[in-house]
Amino acid sequence: MSYDAIVIGAGMSGLAAGIRLAMFDKKVVILEKHSIPGGLNSYYQRRNFDAGGIRQFDVGLHALTNFIKKGEKGKPFSKLLKQLRLSYDDFKLCPQTYSKISFPGMELKFSNDFELLLNEVYEKFPTEIDSFNALVLKVQNFNELDLSIGYQSSRQVLKDLIKDELLTEMLLCPLLIYGSAWEDDMDFAQFVIMFKSLYFEGFSRPEGGVRTIISLLMKKLEDAGGEIRFKAPVNSILTRDGKAIGVDVGGEELFAPVILSSIGYPETVRITPALETISAPRVGAMTFLESIFVFDKKIPTTQNDSTIVFYNNALKYAYRPATNYFDDKSAVVCFPDNYEAHNTSGEGTVRVTYMANYSQWRELDRSGYDAKKDEVKASALGLVKKLVPQFDGKLLFTDIFSPMTIERYTWHLNGTVYGSIDKTRDGSTKVPGLFIIGTDQGFLGIVGSILSGISLANLHGLMASDS
Amino acid sequence: MTANNVRQIVLDIIADIAPDEDVTSIDDSKSLREQLDLDSMDFLDIVMELRKRHKVEVPQEDYPKLATLESCVSYLSPKFA
Repeated sequence: MSYDAIVIGAGMSGLAAGIRLAMFDKKVVILEKHSIPGGLNSYYQRRNFDAGGIRQFDVGLHALTNFIKKGEKGKPFSKLLKQLRLSYDDFKLCPQTYSKISFPGMELKFSNDFELLLNEVYEKFPTEIDSFNALVLKVQNFNELDLSIGYQSSRQVLKDLIKDELLTEMLLCPLLIYGSAWEDDMDFAQFVIMFKSLYFEGFSRPEGGVRTIISLLMKKLEDAGGEIRFKAPVNSILTRDGKAIGVDVGGEELFAPVILSSIGYPETVRITPALETISAPRVGAMTFLESIFVFDKKIPTTQNDSTIVFYNNALKYAYRPATNYFDDKSAVVCFPDNYEAHNTSGEGTVRVTYMANYSQWRELDRSGYDAKKDEVKASALGLVKKLVPQFDGKLLFTDIFSPMTIERYTWHLNGTVYGSIDKTRDGSTKVPGLFIIGTDQGFLGIVGSILSGISLANLHGLMASDS
Repeated sequence: MTANNVRQIVLDIIADIAPDEDVTSIDDSKSLREQLDLDSMDFLDIVMELRKRHKVEVPQEDYPKLATLESCVSYLSPKFA
C-alpha cells in the first residue's frame, strides 16, 4: 500500500501532523502501537468496587501550558487553533488559580497574569529587581524559533544576570521538571520556550482532562479523512539508496516518501537499519514516579487554593535521577480540583510527582516493586499532609505509576518523559525523508508537541510537494 | 473571472483560516501580514486552499506575490482565466 506520508505514533504531535496532511487531501496513515491514542499524554481507567466504581485518569497531564484568553493572537496556542481549525471554546479551558514555588523559608507565586510573579520577585528579592527585569527582557527578545542557535547553558546565562542563587534555583525548578531532558540544566532556547509557556502564559486544564483534547484531534482527523491504525507496531523503517521509502508494520509493508516519527529519536534510530552506523542519540536519564490519590472530599480551599506546588526542601534544586529509587526532597504536587470551575464531583484528587531512578526500578522483582510503591505512597501522603495539615479526607483510592509503567505503555527507552538529550531541532535525520516530530524535536508539552507535528507536516508533507 | 471575484476568493479563504479576523476593513494596497494576525503558516494555508478549492498552484518562490490583496489579485487572476 502506498501513501503520501506515514506518521508513526498517535500522540499529540502525530495526530496533529496527520490532521494537517489529511486536511489538504494527502493520503496519510498514523500507525500507533498502543490500543488508544495520546502517547505520553494518554488516559486510563481503574476499577475500585469498594469505593466509587470506575475512575478515569490522565496519564501525565498536570497542566496545559501556554494559556491564552479567548481572542489573544500571535501566541503558540492561537497558532495551534488556526492551523488545526479548532475553536477556542472546544478546549473548555479551566485556568489555574495560581501556582507556587516553595523552597525552605521562601515562596514565589505565579499565575496566568505575569504581574503576580513580577511583584513576588520585587517584594521578596528586592536586590534583584533590575536583574530580573533584564532576564525578562532577554527572554522577550530571544528568538527561540531560530533553529541555528547552538546549545547555551541556562545556568550560565542566569549566573551572569542574577546574583541571588536562591532566585535562580526557584525560577529554574518548574522549568526543569516540566520539560528538561537534561539533568540540572537546560538549553537556553528551551529555557525561553518554557519561561514563556509557564510564566508569561500560564496553566489551564481542559474540562474532562486530556480526553477532551484527544477527542477533538481524533474527530478532526476523521473529518479530514485521515487513516489511523491501532495495535500497529512499526518493526522497521525501510530505506532504498539511503532514502526512507516506507515501514514494516506487523509484517506488512507500507510505502511513502515521507515518514514522520514521533516515537523518540533514539527509539526511531533503533528501528532504522540504515541508521545503524551513526552514533545513536543518547537516551535521557530523567524519569518520574507519580502517585494519584483520590479522597472522599475536596481539599479545603481555605488551606490551599493553589493549583500546583513546586516543592523543594533544600536551597539548591537537584534535578537529576534519584540516588535511591525516588527523591522525596522535591516534588510537584498538583491539585487538579483547584482549576477554576472545574470540579463537579464530590471527591478530591492530588497528584504527587517525584524524580525517580529507572535502572533501580528495573531491577526490582514483583514483591520488591510493590513494597517500593508502598514506600512511595507513604512518603507522598506525608507530603500532602505537610502541605494541607488540617485536611482529614478519607483516602478512597491510590494509583502509582513508575518509570517501568511509562516504558511499558509509551515504549520510551528507560521510561523517559522528555526524551533524548540529543534533540534534532529541525527534525531531520541522516536518512532523507525520515523526520523526527514531538518531544525529541525539542518543543515541549502538549502545545509544543502539536506545533511540532504541524510545522514538520507543513514543511515536508505540504510545501515539499509544491516543487 | 473578474478581479473582484478573485479578490473575494482570497478573502473567503482568509476568513476561513483566520475566523477571528475582520476582513471587511482590509486596505488592498497594504501588507496582509501587517493588517491581520497572519504568519507564514497561514500563508501556506492560503496556498493550500487555493489548490484544494480551485486547483490553482502557487509555487513556493511565488509566495511573496501574495503579500497584499492587490498583489494577490494581479498574480492570481491569470491563473483563474
